[in-house]
Amino acid sequence: MAFTFAAFCYMLALLLTAALIFFAIWHIIAFDELKTDYKNPIDQCNTLNPTVEKVKKIKRVRLALKLVLPEYLIHVFFCIMFLCATEWLSLGLNMPLLAYHVWRYMSRPVMSGPGLYDPTTIMNADILAFCQKEGWCKLAFYLLSFFYYLYG
Amino acid sequence: MSVPGFNPSPAAGLSRHPTPNGGAAPLYQNGPGQTYPLMQSQAGYGAPHPHYNSAPGHYAQMPKKAPPVNNQYGMNYYQNNNQQPMQTTARPEMAPVFRAPQVHSSRPPVSSQVVGPTSNVSMSSASPLHTGPPQPGSYPASAGYYGGSMPLVGPAGTSAQGFPPLSALATVPSAPNSAYPTVSFPSAPGSSQYGTLPSSQTSAASHNLVGTGPTPSSVSTAPRAPLQQVSLGHSVTSSWPSSAAVSAPPSYSGNFPGTIAAINSKANTVPPSSANHLDQSCQPPWNRTFGAVHPTAGSPAPGRLATVTPTPPVSASLAQHEGMQYGNVANSSASSAPAPLSSSSDDEDDDDEGADSSSTTSSASPVPNNYEALEGGSYPDTSSKLPPGPPVSQASKVAKPFGYGYPSLQPAYQQTPAPCSHPTNFQSFNPSSPGYQQDSKPYPTMNQLSADLGGLSLPALQLEALRPVNLMQDRNILPSTEVQAPLPNLSTDLKKANCSSDSFRCTLTNIPQTQALLNKAKLPLGLLLHPFRDLTQLPVITSNTIVRCRSCRTYINPFVSFLDQRRWKCNLCYRVNDVPEEFMYNPLTRSYGEPHKRPEVQNSTVEFIASSDYMLRPPQPAVYLFVLDVSHNAVEAGYLNVLCQSLLENLDKLPGDTRTRVGFITFDSTIHFYNLQEGLSQPQMLVVSDIEDVFLPTPDSLLVNLKESKELVKDLLNALPCMFTNTRETHSALGPALQAAFKLMSATGGRVSVFQTQLPSLGAGLLHSREDPNQRSSAKVVQHLGPATDFYKKLALDCSGQQIAVDLFLLSSQYSDLASLACVSKYSAGSIFYYPSFHHVHNPVQAEKFQKDLRRYFTRKIGFEAVMRIRCTKGLSIHTFHGNFFVRSTDLLSLANVNPDSGFAVQMSIEESLADTALVCFQAALLYTSSKGKRRIRVHTLCLPVVSQLNDVFAGADVQAITCLLANMAVDRAISSNLSDSRDALVNAVVDSLSAYRSATSSLQQSGVIAPYSLRLFPLYVLALLKQKALRTGTSTRLDDRVFAMCEFKCQPLQQIMRMIHPNFYRIDNLTDEGALHVNDSIVPQPPILQLSAERLTREGAFLMDCGSVLYLWVGKSCDVTFISDVLGYPNHASIPQNMTQIPELETPSSERTRSFITWLQENRSFNPVLCIVKDDTSAKTNFFQLLIEDRTEAALSYYEFLLHIQQQISK
Repeated sequence: MAFTFAAFCYMLALLLTAALIFFAIWHIIAFDELKTDYKNPIDQCNTLNPTVEKVKKIKRVRLALKLVLPEYLIHVFFCIMFLCATEWLSLGLNMPLLAYHVWRYMSRPVMSGPGLYDPTTIMNADILAFCQKEGWCKLAFYLLSFFYYLYG
Repeated sequence: MSVPGFNPSPAAGLSRHPTPNGGAAPLYQNGPGQTYPLMQSQAGYGAPHPHYNSAPGHYAQMPKKAPPVNNQYGMNYYQNNNQQPMQTTARPEMAPVFRAPQVHSSRPPVSSQVVGPTSNVSMSSASPLHTGPPQPGSYPASAGYYGGSMPLVGPAGTSAQGFPPLSALATVPSAPNSAYPTVSFPSAPGSSQYGTLPSSQTSAASHNLVGTGPTPSSVSTAPRAPLQQVSLGHSVTSSWPSSAAVSAPPSYSGNFPGTIAAINSKANTVPPSSANHLDQSCQPPWNRTFGAVHPTAGSPAPGRLATVTPTPPVSASLAQHEGMQYGNVANSSASSAPAPLSSSSDDEDDDDEGADSSSTTSSASPVPNNYEALEGGSYPDTSSKLPPGPPVSQASKVAKPFGYGYPSLQPAYQQTPAPCSHPTNFQSFNPSSPGYQQDSKPYPTMNQLSADLGGLSLPALQLEALRPVNLMQDRNILPSTEVQAPLPNLSTDLKKANCSSDSFRCTLTNIPQTQALLNKAKLPLGLLLHPFRDLTQLPVITSNTIVRCRSCRTYINPFVSFLDQRRWKCNLCYRVNDVPEEFMYNPLTRSYGEPHKRPEVQNSTVEFIASSDYMLRPPQPAVYLFVLDVSHNAVEAGYLNVLCQSLLENLDKLPGDTRTRVGFITFDSTIHFYNLQEGLSQPQMLVVSDIEDVFLPTPDSLLVNLKESKELVKDLLNALPCMFTNTRETHSALGPALQAAFKLMSATGGRVSVFQTQLPSLGAGLLHSREDPNQRSSAKVVQHLGPATDFYKKLALDCSGQQIAVDLFLLSSQYSDLASLACVSKYSAGSIFYYPSFHHVHNPVQAEKFQKDLRRYFTRKIGFEAVMRIRCTKGLSIHTFHGNFFVRSTDLLSLANVNPDSGFAVQMSIEESLADTALVCFQAALLYTSSKGKRRIRVHTLCLPVVSQLNDVFAGADVQAITCLLANMAVDRAISSNLSDSRDALVNAVVDSLSAYRSATSSLQQSGVIAPYSLRLFPLYVLALLKQKALRTGTSTRLDDRVFAMCEFKCQPLQQIMRMIHPNFYRIDNLTDEGALHVNDSIVPQPPILQLSAERLTREGAFLMDCGSVLYLWVGKSCDVTFISDVLGYPNHASIPQNMTQIPELETPSSERTRSFITWLQENRSFNPVLCIVKDDTSAKTNFFQLLIEDRTEAALSYYEFLLHIQQQISK
């Protein structure tokens, strides 16, 4: 097969998906850390520490939410690429995730900056569990699509 | 107000070393930081708020005096304002400022004219105020409660007198491991026998406090050895109002100079002679005095006192006696923690004895050491016996006429010789003990008495809790006294050691074994916490090492088990830990080798003085910043005057030490700072008009040391109300002002009090009106319950990170978008106060409430840079938190400030099966910096049994706690989803739990709505919730009112929420002294609580409704004229004025009764509620009738209709 635009799209998507996998892993780790942080109370100095710990925690969450937008943009980007290359099957496979992303972003909490996660509610067990589940599902999806692009 | 001669310095005490300071020196060292203002005395009752009378006059004066001031200020102020944008020169007085071009510091010419009038004013009106009781209401009231109970206790004293014979029986046992619970035998007079009991412990005897008095005579003759005082204090943690001790007969006070001194000093003062590790030795005497007070007051023989006092928990036992004696009447006080223990203490005495004797007789019993069983870790077999029926011997016990059926828990705790030779175990009642029966028989009268008094044994209680009630037929389900918290089904010792239900409450006092069982019961599992509650009695512990579990960091608590003398097993994670060397020494008894007698292990609520390990930085000073709205709207409402006067009065009472700092910021469309640097002749105003990029005009001297600059602060407070009188500035730059406050405070942390009167309209964080008045009564969708911007939330998080809490006072008549503004307090652990349509003249009710609230607000305790961690037994996990805080980790709350009036709720879930434990524990540890700059940790531990049967789960349901937790959940749901969802969820909660109960007791096929007795009030409370401002639909509700009610649900403690949800309703035109409480020297009548239905109203009566923050007094049209004239002071109904908020002091018996009752209600809580007299034709009438929640309104169902609705849903 000649080096067509479609092939270029797949190669690009392959690379970008690798990046997305990285993001997803990062996402999972961030939330896992959030969740299990309390398991490490050995040095009470740190756990009872009133300022540093919290700032760190907020930063971690902020970092997590900074990664959200790039992830969405990358995904939107290669969806558009597929659209241009008229690769309907690949596009179709990605549509559900795209729709989910749009919905997720529309229903985010009120905030001035970009982002999804609200540091005040993130520790709520339901939300935390949801975010973790979301991370795992996305990781699975990206892995599958990675192999699909590789062989497709 | 520390009493001279007291030793406030902790230094001596911190070294915990067994250097005995003379036999008589109390073992305790005074702990600083703990401020329990204890100054309340009877005087407070007699003089109901003279200040309010003077207040109006004062206001009236202000305008007259204001003009000269205004001119001057106004001139300056406007000059500046007008020049500002372009002006590049700073005024000469202005200190060199960073960005001079934009800054105007103008020193207001506070001339003598200005200051003169204001100071005059303050002189005239403020001086009487200073004499007013400094105390926030709750103390006196509760004091009254206890004081009042004295005479009634007589029977307890007498019944106790019946005891000594018993002791003869009890002297028999000499179990090698008769352990410390023996110390806590409640039967005081029998102390002689208990004295001998512990002496049976071979070596420990000499250390055992009680044991030290080997003969009764010695015990009784030397009851006041400081040692005993000390031990007493640590034996029981309960919330007895210290002020009640004031009412102790003078003879006592003579005996305890320390006690009396402690009354007047803030809690930390301690007799100079005392130098030891445990703080607050002043507390112990209370306890003791308490125990003493009851019998003496009741029975004429004061000599009894001596015999009563020696055993530490005496007071507890007496309280129990007392509780029984009154039945439910006396228990209504919120602070009567131990009193509601309804198992009779007489029974307990017998049981304990039985246990002891049994431990000697049945030493060959195969059942393992009971403490192990408590833990349940290693003996699953015994613990699994828990729910099933008791063994035969116990059954026979149950059959006995005295209501002795003891919880089926007991078999697991049978007493046997410990595998190790250590006296580490709780002695428990062994039902199969033959000796026990013999013991109990000779004294049937006593037992009978206690049984009559409501001392039902636990299974009976639990059975009672399960009794099905057909709600459709049984209308009179509302008890005539306040509803009490159910007691966990625990052994006597554990129950005694357990945390007070006022501080720590669980929705299910029987924890289901698995999540599946919990789901089946359809009841929410959660905790309601009031961790920083004002306690009058709290063991404070200073030691070098705070003993904690090495793996889960749990603090050592009464529910851990000591494997041997050197090792203890954590009750949360089951790890075995070493007992540190220091812990072996017991400062109470000054004995060595008894780690289980340390106060940490005796009390479930303790406070530690933390070492520097618990600090990241040196403890911060108390810092208070006031951010005041001075726009036209604010001046019009006139709050400044009230605020400044109140602050002036309470300036000396602000909690803090010599480092305390204060600062002021005012704002309208610009931000004004005040330089109060010591040495200035008058306060200096610095104006910053650049609200886009706020900066501080001077680096320091905006927050000044209160001690050093007190005169300047007073000058400023006197001048402030007049400074802006003629302002025409209508805008409000709240956001920038908050940013400025954040910058000012971020170096230290502290408390920012924001007073706002309108929608912020300038700068960052500006808001727009979102409320559509036409939608107010819409039954469908209520929008805008969430914040419009995240500016305030982000600011709050920044503040929280810098240990700043923002308290918001919203005094607006217009919509101010509280939903957005409240975020600033919600996430920084502040408090929210809301005074709708506040006006200092036109709305006297709100003005009075504001004034009262401020007094409490300024003087209440405060903790800075706090964190609270909640730990629970392995297998449970925390699901969601409710309250004002920032959740930093799954179990850690960050609280920039903590105040004694905030409550928290926690939803729990069960992650792993709890089948292999018999008990679960929850521990809340609050680490904070006291206003005296001491780092302290307050630890509460709650212990609850685990059950495996659905019925037991229902039997242990705590309907009030469930309602409060549901209210919190409903608020969350309403904000995240929508209002109708959350209303449906509430109804479903009732329907689901009742149908779960129905299917659990499948034998019942009655029609109607069947509820277990424990949940009989559940539908009523849920209906009440649905009719609350926060959640109602169809009735016109202003958005701010609704949002505020939601905030209240989230952050108020349980008692307060319950009063809001289901107000107490009394008829008061025919008060009698029947069943009355005796408070100090006055009699408080206790009318029965009526159903909230118009059916109970009559035109001939006068009715009082207690909704927590307001008391409505409804006077019927044809109310007895004698009542109106005797109590209200008016000839007839028509002449009662509108907006009447006080009852005049009249010298008639009915007036005295009414006043003492109302004062008692008012002082029973921290924020004094205002009294609002409702005539037939005033607007408050609408509010009043909306609170009659059993009635039908045009938009909501009546109680009966609601039940019908539920019945339909259930049978579906």
